[in-house]
Amino acid sequence: MSDTSKALANGNIIRMEGIRKVYDTGKIQVEALRGIDLEVDTGEFVAVIGPSGSGKSTLMNLIGCLDTPTDGHYELSGQSVAKMKKDELATVRNRRVGFVFQNFNLLPQISSFENVEMPLLFGGVSRRKRHQRVEELMERVGLGDRMDHKPTELSGGQMQRVAVARALAMDPDIVLADEPTGNLDSSSGGDIMELFAELWEQGRTMVVITHDAALARRANRQVEIHDGLITTDTRS
Amino acid sequence: MIHPGSFVKQLVRDLRAQKLRTFLTTLGIVWGTVAVSLLLSFGQAFHTQMIKNIAGLGNAIVIAWPSVTSLPFEGLSKGRRIRLREDDIELVRKRATSLEAISSEYTDTLQLKHGKRTMAVDVSGVSPIFGEMRNMIPVMGGRFLNPLDEAKQRRVAFLGDELAETLFGSSDPVGQTFRLHGSPFTVVGVLKPKEQDSSYSSRDKDKLIIPGSTFRALTGEKYINLFIFTAQDVQRTEEVTDEVLAIIAGKYRFDPTDREALMIWDTTEMFQFMDAFMMAFKMFLGIVGSLTLVVGGIGVSNIMSVVVEERTPEVGVKMALGAKPRGILGQFLMETLIFTAVGGFIGLLITAGICALFPSLGLEEYVGIPTVDVQVAALTASLLGLIGLVAGFFPARAAANLDPVVAMKMT
Ligand SMILES: Nc1ncnc2c1ncn2[C@@H]1O[C@H](COP(=O)(O)OP(=O)(O)OP(=O)(O)O)[C@@H](O)[C@H]1O
Ligand SMILES: [Mg+2]
Repeated sequence: MSDTSKALANGNIIRMEGIRKVYDTGKIQVEALRGIDLEVDTGEFVAVIGPSGSGKSTLMNLIGCLDTPTDGHYELSGQSVAKMKKDELATVRNRRVGFVFQNFNLLPQISSFENVEMPLLFGGVSRRKRHQRVEELMERVGLGDRMDHKPTELSGGQMQRVAVARALAMDPDIVLADEPTGNLDSSSGGDIMELFAELWEQGRTMVVITHDAALARRANRQVEIHDGLITTDTRS
Repeated sequence: MIHPGSFVKQLVRDLRAQKLRTFLTTLGIVWGTVAVSLLLSFGQAFHTQMIKNIAGLGNAIVIAWPSVTSLPFEGLSKGRRIRLREDDIELVRKRATSLEAISSEYTDTLQLKHGKRTMAVDVSGVSPIFGEMRNMIPVMGGRFLNPLDEAKQRRVAFLGDELAETLFGSSDPVGQTFRLHGSPFTVVGVLKPKEQDSSYSSRDKDKLIIPGSTFRALTGEKYINLFIFTAQDVQRTEEVTDEVLAIIAGKYRFDPTDREALMIWDTTEMFQFMDAFMMAFKMFLGIVGSLTLVVGGIGVSNIMSVVVEERTPEVGVKMALGAKPRGILGQFLMETLIFTAVGGFIGLLITAGICALFPSLGLEEYVGIPTVDVQVAALTASLLGLIGLVAGFFPARAAANLDPVVAMKMT
């Protein structure tokens, strides 16, 4: 039987072994991850916690196939990511992973509607379906009245919600979020938490970096990173 | 699966989002296209005009005037007057082997009467072949003199366009009559207006042309004023001229090297000079055009590469959201194509506009009428677009090959 079906049988959607990431800035080399072993089962909700600079975002980028590890092995649904071709990676990023960036990474010149629509364009979704989907998502994150605003015309919290809507556009089965409630007051932060809980209940695999203890408690598993290594890994 | 509409949507959105770049790149292509096409339009117009101007004098003719000897020859003193008659022209026609055509020309200023008007006009008596040799094309409905006119000493006339206008105003001169030197004449044709910037007597537009035989009968003139001839092969004009000189010099016994006994004006020398001049002129245009293209190309390629590099983070975000490298490059290609097409088209319109306004400046006689060459404009725009494409392609491909996170962090 193939690797894929074995992995699925095991329930492992994410499997990392000895992952290292060294940033080479020319003068100095920063070893942001120093050997990460991590397995995440399909349908788990993992909260990643740890101090600033410990390597959380670095790990998340690798899980989302947005960066290449210096060392180690990474399998997504049993498939070695290192062996994927560029177009396969593009498809994974488009269909399987929804990524909420710590700094949002919205395109500033276009409206929030168009930002959310972008993954649907790359996914080749028809115009009618795109519009329907974007409107639905914008309502869902409470920005139904801000669709024509450009990111620069939105508050930090509103931008964050646009980023969440964009991550969910292609209905991914893995949601990766880097501090999704970092810029939100407790009320809209609570809304996002509700949304994430709902997404999890629908069977998605969630990996969320957070400093927010309330959000971390919602997860079924807490992974703590210190200085590029996983120090604690608890399931509740 | 991939929806074609979504590609167009991305394209339109990006062009709109990058207004400055869209504007600058298009402007670069517009500017280059206008500069190069205008340069070539004006160059071509100038060239055509110069050719028209010399062609007004004739088709590579040599003009010969019998005059006075300036060298003693075989015991004969210098200062002898050489006078030629029609039979000398016949002699040359028979003897000169590479001669294409020859015509004598008798000239005088005679009195013309039409209605109440009396005026003095420059009259030329010529052979029927003269019209062709001198590029005297009749206006529709008329003709030049023909061999029968010559043989029968018909009193018919071919009028210069301005003379016709003076005499007959706006009514059709063909078939009308007037009196010349006391005899009635009929107009058979009028000169189609032509450019002429040089002449050896009065301008053709003011002339009255009649058959040589008629001229002799009318005035009693026996001697020709001058004659013109052409060689079968323009390249051998000098040879034929020497031959003609030898024939006349043999008969009238003067030194064939005597430059004054029979004065010669070889207009083909002017053509040859013109050819050399035009060659230099075209090379000049070519160099200036190329330089314009190079400068335009540097501009377009700079804008392109800077802008594409600036957009690396954006490319990173798009790839993080699932854009394929091929899609990113394809879009860049399409964008460049659109800049090129739009820029080229606008450039063409501007050039056409300038060319259309130009005649109102009234400089036609000197620089001609510039016309737009669509091919030149299209070629220029394409070339500039291609330069932009090449300049933008490598940074675009480099960006598309980065890991999304790396691209996003580029500034
Ligand atoms: N592109 C980069 N080049 C060089 N060093 C980097 C780069 N990105 C991250 N680092 C370094 O790697 C380490 C881990 O960074 P990372 O962004 O993963 O931290 P983090 O845990 O997400 O922190 P925070 O909670 O502040 O977001 C840090 O020391 C950081 O300085
Ligand atoms: Mg971080």
